[in-house]
Amino acid sequence: MGEDMSIKQALLALLTEGEQYGYELRAGFEARTGGAWPLNIGQVYTTLDRLEKSGLVERREPDPEGHVHYCLTEAGRASADEWWLTPTPHPSPGRDDVAMKIALAVSIPGADVAKVIQAQRHSTMETLQGLNRARRTAQIDDDAWALVADSLIFRAEAEIRWLDHTETRLARGLIKRGSSVGATPASRAPADREGALS
Amino acid sequence: MSGLRTRRSPAEADGPMLSLRDVTKVYREAETSVAALAGVSLDVNAGEMIAVMGTSGSGKSTLLTIAGGLLSATSGTVCVGGLELGSLRAKGLARVRRERVGFVFQDFNLMPALTVLENVALPLDLAGTAAATSRSEARRALAVVGMRERGSAYPDDLSGGQRQRVAIARAIVGKRRLLLADEPTGALDSVTGDGVLQVLRERADDGAAVVLVTHDARHAAWADRIVYLADGRIVDQASAVTPDRFLVGGA
Repeated sequence: MGEDMSIKQALLALLTEGEQYGYELRAGFEARTGGAWPLNIGQVYTTLDRLEKSGLVERREPDPEGHVHYCLTEAGRASADEWWLTPTPHPSPGRDDVAMKIALAVSIPGADVAKVIQAQRHSTMETLQGLNRARRTAQIDDDAWALVADSLIFRAEAEIRWLDHTETRLARGLIKRGSSVGATPASRAPADREGALS
Repeated sequence: MSGLRTRRSPAEADGPMLSLRDVTKVYREAETSVAALAGVSLDVNAGEMIAVMGTSGSGKSTLLTIAGGLLSATSGTVCVGGLELGSLRAKGLARVRRERVGFVFQDFNLMPALTVLENVALPLDLAGTAAATSRSEARRALAVVGMRERGSAYPDDLSGGQRQRVAIARAIVGKRRLLLADEPTGALDSVTGDGVLQVLRERADDGAAVVLVTHDARHAAWADRIVYLADGRIVDQASAVTPDRFLVGGA
């Protein structure tokens, strides 16, 4: 498990409400994010250790039950405040496995792109329906959960819109099929190619 | 997955509320003919909401107008509540439309000069229902869509979402149990649009058969089944799967 900036920052954010121990932090995180991203307790303690080493949190003496509480340092509080207004970068910019597959299908004559799109859309649509059903039939009054579910719903919708858009462009002949699309980036940039050859 | 549809109307025992069999629609213009529907078969049961998706020109609006008897099929059969529309004369067809089918359109189609209550009562008034009955039926339909208090308002006094609720009330007034909606959330913002879909969903859960034509996947997701049309044919159907696998362990 690599260093996870968002989990670090989430724990700092939770600690702005007062000192807490590991299990409390985990329960607080899960309750406020609708249980969408379970944390394991080992990850919580590893993260707290790192935060301590960076001088962002401090450890208190164990309480009578033996719980070790953590609290924010000045720097930790500043970091928590700053996080809210710092835009979050999306993970792994560039690679989108669905887009990658469809781009390949377009370029390879043996692939039936329309079917590839349809199969993907079928699956994403079922996901979207399942999410919608969960969203509207949830008995629990859980704003955090609803908010996270909405985020997943809108993301699935975006993928389907993109698939529809691509399908329509293909149907109207606006996307070239087969190996004719095999223009390499190098052939589009002759100057670079010359540079590479020399 | 049991209990997906919690309530079933007795009508379901008599077969689907809407049934299309090998329906085609060919538009002829001078020398050419265009097949808007090229053989569509589809059943929609009471208590079921289905969404019809597809690109412009895929035939989805044609399907809806044929299902509601506003347009006749070139071939194939269309049954509403067990009655085959093709076997009916104009008068009988008008009666089926009036008594069994409700339409909801993108632009509401409310009469600006009539109050909300009069708009909702209009289909019954046109059918010659006694005024007292049509008013009480209209009040009941307005209550169903959460607009009971606004009966004396005029359409212009209402927000877009409220107008669409009134249009849905008008579509279900009386005993109509087949609801056909064509992009009913058209120009509404996403939260207001969700409110309209909620009302359609509740109609289905209450025993109506609902057919929703939409290009919006998020709206289609309210349906039990999603049908994709391309070139006048059904090319794919999707049904909901359990959501657990998406919400536990993250996306």
